[in-house]
Amino acid sequence: MKRELNIVVNGESYNFFIEPKTLLVQVIREMLGLKGTHQACDSGSCAACTVIVDGKAVKSCSILALQVNGKEVTTIEGLADGTKLHPIQQAFIDNWAFQCGFCTSGQIMAAKALLDENPDPTREEIQVQMDGHICRCTGYNMINEAIRDAAKRLQSLDAAKKLPAQRNLKSQKWAQTAKSGKGAA
Amino acid sequence: MKTITTDFEYLPATTLEEALELLSQHKDDEYRIIAGGQSLNTAMKHRLIAPEYIIDIKGLSDLDYIKFDAKRGLKIGALATHRSLEKSPIVREKYSVLCEMEENVASVETRNWGTVVGDLCNADPAVDPAAPLIALDAKLKVASKGKERIVPAEEFAVGFFETTVQPGEMATEIQIPVLPPNTGVYFTKYSQIHGDYALGSVAVLITLDKKKETCANARIGMSGVASTPIRAKKAEGVLKGKKITDEVLAAAAKVASEETSPISGIEASAEYKRELAGTLLKRVAKVALERAKKA
Repeated sequence: MKRELNIVVNGESYNFFIEPKTLLVQVIREMLGLKGTHQACDSGSCAACTVIVDGKAVKSCSILALQVNGKEVTTIEGLADGTKLHPIQQAFIDNWAFQCGFCTSGQIMAAKALLDENPDPTREEIQVQMDGHICRCTGYNMINEAIRDAAKRLQSLDAAKKLPAQRNLKSQKWAQTAKSGKGAA
Repeated sequence: MKTITTDFEYLPATTLEEALELLSQHKDDEYRIIAGGQSLNTAMKHRLIAPEYIIDIKGLSDLDYIKFDAKRGLKIGALATHRSLEKSPIVREKYSVLCEMEENVASVETRNWGTVVGDLCNADPAVDPAAPLIALDAKLKVASKGKERIVPAEEFAVGFFETTVQPGEMATEIQIPVLPPNTGVYFTKYSQIHGDYALGSVAVLITLDKKKETCANARIGMSGVASTPIRAKKAEGVLKGKKITDEVLAAAAKVASEETSPISGIEASAEYKRELAGTLLKRVAKVALERAKKA
């Protein structure tokens, strides 16, 4: 018997009726046509199918889609802003962090989940996060470097965003002090 | 591409009461309980099992907890994920061995979705949490409609992929007592690739006497070296009441090796695994001893 699935993927709400045996990766690839999420081992061993569910990196080939009912999913397609790549994607390109690219979407999603939680991870912390990702072209070192580079890029973007806000805060404070007439200097 | 080919009826529960009701209704049916399903889904995809009903307990938020009480110890609810145990500050402080174990379970993605209790219920002979839980004298709460029973961690698995949990029952909680003073615990897992199931894993708890000289109590848990995780009781007996020296450890390792009953596989022979159990015991007990001295 089919069951209802309400799911938000890359910010868009969807409503499906699916067989309970349907896996999350089938919803993503076959029903939504988002083929950036890859399947390789199909047994939870390679992490190519990694997507983010409610902020956490998970393997979409090993999760029943109905268990994600009401949750928010981000796939690789949800990262770029139009034709402008996400800083993590750009860092992967600039650091030569992939060759054939098959495992890359899973790697980038795991990196995204890590950087969202920990904006400045050490080399070791990146290793722990990426541990389950199998890359047969074996560019592991460059992947680690790309993620550290991505962290720097995201931090400087963040700083750029915060700067005007802080200025605002300061000027507001100054305006308040000026109004109250205390400590105007 | 592997998919689950056989249809099943999907029965989601949102509270423990609902889950136990579903279990009592379906206790004579071919059903499986799913929490994270990190092993179950793979087993279904590989056509190893094809249940008619899947009772989904992932939505049981009332069992998603890790609680510590200075008198009663640690309680881990059935829906607590591997990752939440690994990242729990109180677990890191009071039972660091569990965090060290978790860091070696599969990958971050699997730990994010899979549960500790579910892992134990899958009952792979090399299941990671079993050895440290046996060493920590943990117990599991098993519930059915209107009933509850408590099972020691070493008696939870009864055979190859088989547990004490009967039709109509489910494991709901892990209970770990407060560690006595002068106690150290350590765990090591040996696998070919980090995160794989262990070829062998050993956890040792050592409690020293007041003067911190002789071993007042020892508990040893092992995984991957028999059809279920085991408690190496005879090897514990070798350590108890003695000052732990290299000679005593060598004797305990020999006894522990004899307590195993591994089977040969493509990764290692039975003889190798038996040796491994002893070797790991020596290494792990040394660290546990150091920790007990500092505790």
